[in-house]
Amino acid sequence: MPRQPAPDLSPRVSDEIRRTTCYMCACRCGINVHLKDGKVAYIEGNRDHPINKGVLCAKGSAGIMQHLSPARLRKPLKRVGPRGSGEFVEISWDEALNTAAAWLKPLRETAPEKLAFFTGRDQSQSFTGWWAQSFGTPNYAAHGGFCSVNMAAAGIYTMGGAFWEFGQPDWDRTRLFMIFGVAEDHDSNPIKMGLGKLKARGARVIAVNPVRTGYNAVADDWLAVTPGTDGLLILALIHELFRLGRIDLDYLIRYTNAPYLVNAEEGAEKGLFLRDETGTPLVLDRRTGQPACWNAAGVQPDPAGDWNGHKTVLRLMAERYLDPAHAPEAVADRCGIPADRIRAVAAELARVAFEEEITLNQPWTDFRGQRHETMIGRPVSFHAMRGISAHSNGFQTCRALHVLQILLGSVETPGGYRFKPPYPKAVETHPKPHAGVTPGQPLDGPHLGYPLGPEHLLINDDNSARRIDKAFTWDNPMSAHGMMHMVIANAHAGDPYKIDTLFLYMANMAWNSTMNTSEVMQMLTDTDESGTYVIPRIIYSDSYSSEMVAFADLILPDTTYLERHDCISILDRPIGEPDSMNDAIRWPVVEPDRDVRGFQSVLLDLGVRLGLPGMVDDDGSARYRDYADYMVRHERRPGIGPLAGWRGNGDGAGRGAPNPDQLERYIDNGGFFTSHIPEGAQFFKPWNQGYQDWAVARGLFDKPAPYIFSLYSEPLRRFQLAAEGYGDRQPPDRLRERIKRTLDPLPIWYEPFEDAMVSQGDFPLHALTQRPAAMYHSWGTQNAWLRQIHGMNPLYVPRKVWEQHGFADGDWAWLTSAHGRIKVPVARMDALNDNTVWTWNAIGKRRGAWALSPDAPEAEKGFLLNHLISELLPDRGDGHRWSNSDPVTGQAAWFDLRVRIEKAPPGPPSEPVHPAQVSPVGQGPTTLARHS
Amino acid sequence: MTSLPEQTERKLGLAIDLDTCVGCHACVISCKGWNTENYGAPLSDTDPYGKDPVGTFLNRVHAYEVTPQDNAPFTVHFPKSCLHCEDAPCVTVCPTGASYKRTEDGIVLVNEDACIGCGLCAWACPYGARELDALAGVMKKCTLCVDRIYNETLPEEDRVPACVRTCPAGARHFGDFADPDSTVSRLSRERGGIELMPELGTRPVNRYLPPRPRDTLQGCAPAPQGDPSTEGLTGFLGWIDRTLSRF
Repeated sequence: MPRQPAPDLSPRVSDEIRRTTCYMCACRCGINVHLKDGKVAYIEGNRDHPINKGVLCAKGSAGIMQHLSPARLRKPLKRVGPRGSGEFVEISWDEALNTAAAWLKPLRETAPEKLAFFTGRDQSQSFTGWWAQSFGTPNYAAHGGFCSVNMAAAGIYTMGGAFWEFGQPDWDRTRLFMIFGVAEDHDSNPIKMGLGKLKARGARVIAVNPVRTGYNAVADDWLAVTPGTDGLLILALIHELFRLGRIDLDYLIRYTNAPYLVNAEEGAEKGLFLRDETGTPLVLDRRTGQPACWNAAGVQPDPAGDWNGHKTVLRLMAERYLDPAHAPEAVADRCGIPADRIRAVAAELARVAFEEEITLNQPWTDFRGQRHETMIGRPVSFHAMRGISAHSNGFQTCRALHVLQILLGSVETPGGYRFKPPYPKAVETHPKPHAGVTPGQPLDGPHLGYPLGPEHLLINDDNSARRIDKAFTWDNPMSAHGMMHMVIANAHAGDPYKIDTLFLYMANMAWNSTMNTSEVMQMLTDTDESGTYVIPRIIYSDSYSSEMVAFADLILPDTTYLERHDCISILDRPIGEPDSMNDAIRWPVVEPDRDVRGFQSVLLDLGVRLGLPGMVDDDGSARYRDYADYMVRHERRPGIGPLAGWRGNGDGAGRGAPNPDQLERYIDNGGFFTSHIPEGAQFFKPWNQGYQDWAVARGLFDKPAPYIFSLYSEPLRRFQLAAEGYGDRQPPDRLRERIKRTLDPLPIWYEPFEDAMVSQGDFPLHALTQRPAAMYHSWGTQNAWLRQIHGMNPLYVPRKVWEQHGFADGDWAWLTSAHGRIKVPVARMDALNDNTVWTWNAIGKRRGAWALSPDAPEAEKGFLLNHLISELLPDRGDGHRWSNSDPVTGQAAWFDLRVRIEKAPPGPPSEPVHPAQVSPVGQGPTTLARHS
Repeated sequence: MTSLPEQTERKLGLAIDLDTCVGCHACVISCKGWNTENYGAPLSDTDPYGKDPVGTFLNRVHAYEVTPQDNAPFTVHFPKSCLHCEDAPCVTVCPTGASYKRTEDGIVLVNEDACIGCGLCAWACPYGARELDALAGVMKKCTLCVDRIYNETLPEEDRVPACVRTCPAGARHFGDFADPDSTVSRLSRERGGIELMPELGTRPVNRYLPPRPRDTLQGCAPAPQGDPSTEGLTGFLGWIDRTLSRF
């Protein structure tokens, strides 16, 4: 036998490891960036990081190819060809910033609302929102309105938090995990890590999803629900729990408004809680048979009482949900799930919750001052995302799911769902929306918030909208994240008013981040009779040559995520864990090799040029050197800033004066900060004195703010009362019936609007998208490694439809909706709801974008469903165009889409075909090998 | 022809849990990243931004759909890399001795200095686990991250293959199958770990842990009724009264 070679088994891996935060999706994992000769060589997960604990997904590991992408912009650009062409010249930063300031300054002085500033996958919303507020425009939001605002808002209104950033399952203890409408994102690594823990101990996973991929593929049980019927399914589960007497009565009485009495008297108070003269809600005290304040000492509320016709919340729920209309057999066909299976799932939820009860020997004291020697847990947990959220009945469906978890007594108990600081937070403690404009002055308050009634709507006396996206109007009263999907259409229509400058950041709104892509491209290029663009000016900031770049007049090129400062702030979208509050930074682990600047620093520079309050000192000079300086020195309230760690002299956690060494401390610690919650404060957080006191000490709020959960949501009822004719602010008549029906204070299900409006015979199929695990939004396709996994996206067709149409491998199809028609490649998939087709999101690309060759498969065979989805519902002939959104929150109803399919002539290209845009960065190289 | 060791001291390999793998491709890309910078020639890509991007990967995830006669269809994600066979046909077919199986740990490697890029080994491998790098002209394959697992410059906890370190779901386990007490041996025993295509006689070291039975939560017997019944609003209110009396 020849002598074996002796390879070097201990090669030096790199010269240096710099630890920062990933930006390949919205998880915000910690990463170790290995450098060789000053260049990025390899990226792996940071083992110490609270989010990912060392693991990293495909996107994260491929971050190096994003950092090295040939599509990176190199210098500011000024448009020289027609909009959409991609013809630009490079200009200096001075020229770019002076141009932007010259456009914006007169707007601020005369009509700040003529600037619409919308950010997409922005992870600095507390900063960009602050900038927009200082500018004075009411027209600011990020992408939440077309993402998952239904989930977030339903959670906040119901229990003070939702999934993902708000809370997560108790992965170490849960024994039954049920997911609804979850693709392989939102969030990514933490769910995979959690599933791995569950699998390792053989806990059951139940998936509700029309498509069985990813997490749903490893689920033990799969319910192939018909899109848009999840709410019906959840209410049937609730029906079963009521029928079997399997709800946690003690929990409901202690921690929810289940025992509140609801006023039954006709009039302006009907449906609101019965209150005493101080405004305190009343319950029926079992000791006396008389009403008493819910929080009176020693009160023993009757949860199912009926006092002179005023019934408790739980009584109203029992009456509603025990109705045979909610029985499994009544909904089985509609949901596409056999009644027996629904009953089996309900029984299993009840069995695990009540027969596998967990007891932790951990004393704690509740907000009433009562000490508990143990923590009782119900080890059932849930997670849900866009699949149930992105429907026109999504808000109520999400409410139903949150209510289901509460009925089981599993929220904030061991084994159940757990909040992550800064959540839980009662809806009342969130800001209210603001749109008070004064030329030359800041807005009168934060843009976005949670309305508690008609008094918080952003409307004029004639009910017209004060925001360009018409958020917080009678059409969508609780649009807590704004309605980004309406901005371009409304700006183009000049409805509710014309704007001058559309300023976008990281939002590919000329392509996959918009409904109705082809027409939106026309809106962006449309001119008036004088030949000027209907949307006069567009400024865009992106790191890459995206489709949106081609439609802007001025491009402010951003850095890659490895070249920038960022803060993953508790004031923003936080990265807490159930046992700790955390935040993190990005910092330039390498310097840009192009003439680009981090967008946040650019925004500060622009703010100085505009003299915006908060960004300039009294002498007009810049208050902050750059974004890094802002991260350290900015204070929202005294002692509270963007970063919680190492404040003051370095000992401050959450509170403390700015510390000039703060960023160094973050870098030394691996890029993040953690503060652990004491053991007695880790559960029952909304009601736990220990948690409340800890949260105050950490600056999450300024005084203890315990609250109880809202099974019954009074803010919704207040809008209904207005629709019934009560109050000063009255909705237009066209909306009265809809508000009465859809803003029900207890969860309901109604048919998705598109289902109700189009002929189901003409459009028999549902059409969905989901994101793959190995690609995120439009960003991924420029990535040489990831595009080898997802270079094109077939339309997946269920077996029944496949056979009915005689499709064969390699075939193409026409897919037609009430709004349009596209040509797409098809593939068969059996693990799919019988009446649903689907594809991967955002793989299709416009020719010429992202430094890809024009014949790239993303353009030839990739496609967007977006062309089939209008931001407006089909015309009803009532003189009003209705937004394709949830009637409560305005969430874009992406997944209401209905289609029909027919065979098309074989072969590419997918249609519609858009002409190529000129690439301002050329095309990528023809080979790749080692990069360091 | 190259000979195989009669036996190896250890049998290092992977136990891959098909019940847990969500098909996220994290292992694929982590492997690509590590092995582009480390052992031998980088894993190149041709036409990376063009019509037909093709690169070298040492690990790929395939997805298979199974449609049982009497239950719901399901998807199995199947990560595939070199199985480090004990009777590795890729080694014995190598005309230069470039392909070899290490005597100490059983890892099958390619000595790139001796590889002439003839491709015979890839042809002989029944699993399709080897890829000829188009730029370097040498055969690439999974090394089990031989330059990580013994690497004294790495923290001890990181001395595992890159794919194992990164797997978010914890579906990949690395260890010594010659040690009956190792995690991989134990998992394989407990979960009925399978060899891939044992009929070929290649005696792969890696094991796949099969998916557990799916969709077992079907029509249940009627749940035990409370006595008296909880049916309807009356029943529910009765249940409330009885429950409250126990508080």
